[in-house]
Amino acid sequence: MPHKVLAKTAHADGPGIAVLVSIGRHPLTGRTRRADQDARAYELAFSIAGARTALVHAGQNDAESEPALRGYLGMVGAPEAGENTVERLALIEQAAGADVLPALADALRELAPELVLCGMRAETGEGSGMLPYLLAEWLGWPIVSGVAQVESVNDGVVTLLQALPRGQRRRLSVRLPAIVTVDSAAPGARPSAFGPARRGVLAVSAAASMPDEVRAGWLTAPARKRPKRLKIITASSARDRFKAAAAKTQGGGGKVLTGVSSEIGADAIQALLKEEGVLPS
Amino acid sequence: MRNDTDSLPRRDSRKERIARNRLHPDHDAVLAEMLGTSQVGPSLWPGPNGLARRNPHRVGFSGPNGIKRIDRSGAQTNTSLNSRNERPAVAVDPRKTVEIETPAFLIAVVPDLPGGRLSAHDRDLLGLARQLADADPAMPGAVLAMVFGAIREDGFGTAGVDRLLHSLTHSLTHTLIHSADQSPGLGASSNTQCSPEERLAVLADVERELSPRHWLLPDSAIGGADLGRRLAARLSERPATQVWQINQDTKGKRCSGLGAAGSTDINRPLPRLVLALAECAEPVAMTRHAARPMTLPAPLSRMPGRIQDLGAVSVNPATVALGEAEFILAAGRGVSDWAGFHNAAAIMGATEGASRVAVDDGFMARDRQVGASGTWVTARVYFAVGISGAIQHLQGIQSCDKVVSINLDPHCDMVKRADLAVIGDADEILAALVALQQRLQEKKDAA
Repeated sequence: MPHKVLAKTAHADGPGIAVLVSIGRHPLTGRTRRADQDARAYELAFSIAGARTALVHAGQNDAESEPALRGYLGMVGAPEAGENTVERLALIEQAAGADVLPALADALRELAPELVLCGMRAETGEGSGMLPYLLAEWLGWPIVSGVAQVESVNDGVVTLLQALPRGQRRRLSVRLPAIVTVDSAAPGARPSAFGPARRGVLAVSAAASMPDEVRAGWLTAPARKRPKRLKIITASSARDRFKAAAAKTQGGGGKVLTGVSSEIGADAIQALLKEEGVLPS
Repeated sequence: MRNDTDSLPRRDSRKERIARNRLHPDHDAVLAEMLGTSQVGPSLWPGPNGLARRNPHRVGFSGPNGIKRIDRSGAQTNTSLNSRNERPAVAVDPRKTVEIETPAFLIAVVPDLPGGRLSAHDRDLLGLARQLADADPAMPGAVLAMVFGAIREDGFGTAGVDRLLHSLTHSLTHTLIHSADQSPGLGASSNTQCSPEERLAVLADVERELSPRHWLLPDSAIGGADLGRRLAARLSERPATQVWQINQDTKGKRCSGLGAAGSTDINRPLPRLVLALAECAEPVAMTRHAARPMTLPAPLSRMPGRIQDLGAVSVNPATVALGEAEFILAAGRGVSDWAGFHNAAAIMGATEGASRVAVDDGFMARDRQVGASGTWVTARVYFAVGISGAIQHLQGIQSCDKVVSINLDPHCDMVKRADLAVIGDADEILAALVALQQRLQEKKDAA
């Protein structure tokens, strides 16, 4: 039963955290594995002091998915750093191609964690990344996407660093309970150890599966490589069109300063960098 | 005696001679008289179908021996034969103006507007919206763009927007508080402000009041992906995500999007809400739209936000991954003062990069290598110091906007690629740049 999972791992009195894990797919070999972002989400849970973590997966229980799920159980916390290892993964059994949202929402209501961590999107199936948003809407919890670091959890508020493009970070504080999705910018997951993975327990529980009928009507094919966009030439005269077609893609128009003193050169460079706004002001 | 009104045509051989002789001073007047018009027409004019029509007799100029010459190099465009009669050609905007007064339906688009301007992704998305709006010429729809925060863009009309709904719901105080600690290089503004719940409430108002036929959002990490999924959850619509194409089938519109982490293509009927990738459609080029401002009726009272933005965090540029750094200072064989180089990177706030030579010689770490066998960088400004630009290195910096280079060789490939190149000793110029920057900072500290 999922609601027992939090109590089982309660060595400390930290926040209750549920990590939603899924089954990944290796991009080259196509074999099942830990999903990369979900493993990073679990790694993030290790970084929260005294966290009582529960691993939850809703899906099929078969020979193919078991090693992938055991991969999560093989991630061992360092006791000297105050990290709790989870030895149990709550597996809510669902039929193939089922919509796992109702089952997961029920499980989370029972589990009542303060923080839910998961990856941005699944590596198999539709992979739309909608599940955490739908869970947040169903449960009425706030959701933050693309988090790289959890700074602190206290007094019902979690402080997070959200990853922005260009390696920038933004600090957010979110009222708990909340759902947090983890970006690939978060620290990489620790390797999975074989022994703990074998010894870990998959606590299977059954739940009604809701078939996803809409998706059954879709056509799915291996992704083709998308063609590169051609350069659009909207020149009015033949001469302009020819020039655009024959022009070299790079070079030309650049300013070259020859035979100047290093001060003048540095001045010109500084002016350009300032104009581009990259120098610290 | 013949009388003057006989039907025989009379030829004036003198005038014919003048009409043939383009050098004759009376040529224009005679030609105009013979053609029955007061003015000789221009050499180039737009025809009824928008095609350019030209009079070949009126193109070119008379060469030294009175022989007509046409110079197609573009240098002689305004010295056509009878230029004194022609007005200089005014650059005519070829875009057709389109006004949609009573749209049959609305297509709502929520562009990202990084830095207050439309990104390339936004323009592609607006092109996709136009495809959907103009699918039936008898019943054109209007493209409604929802924009938030401070706007610096003035080309909404040419990007294909019919109606513009500007929401200022973000309290302006937020903008003021955070404008201080945002680096100028990001083009940071309240557009990057994290207030997804407030934006979602505005979008829900739009849905209730205007109920657009489709919602289009960019599936981008800057904010569109997050906001679109929030909206989908709120409206209980199943969105099509990572869409790269919309096409018309016999049974209706379908869309193709990526699934399973980009490894599958999913083709399905077009839903109401679409999150589209970049290059999903061609941007609008040939039409100009009204971009008429719209207002919403008074919004409902807002729930206090559960997500609070505490502002941007200053990130050490040295720890930023090379692939996503914005400003890279890269060193090559021309650098010999390595301490000075590292100091310059720290003072200018740049992420360090290196050419293969610098890495192989052990001066820089392998993960700092730029180029074909290293990292393909996407920096906005790339500053190459003492790198002459092997083709493998130039491949790696293909997507950089501005390239600055210091090199001893004025004929090397990097100087050809660079927007600004300074020929000289790399160490000296870098040291001068550092001194300049330090002086500037001291002045600022003193003030």
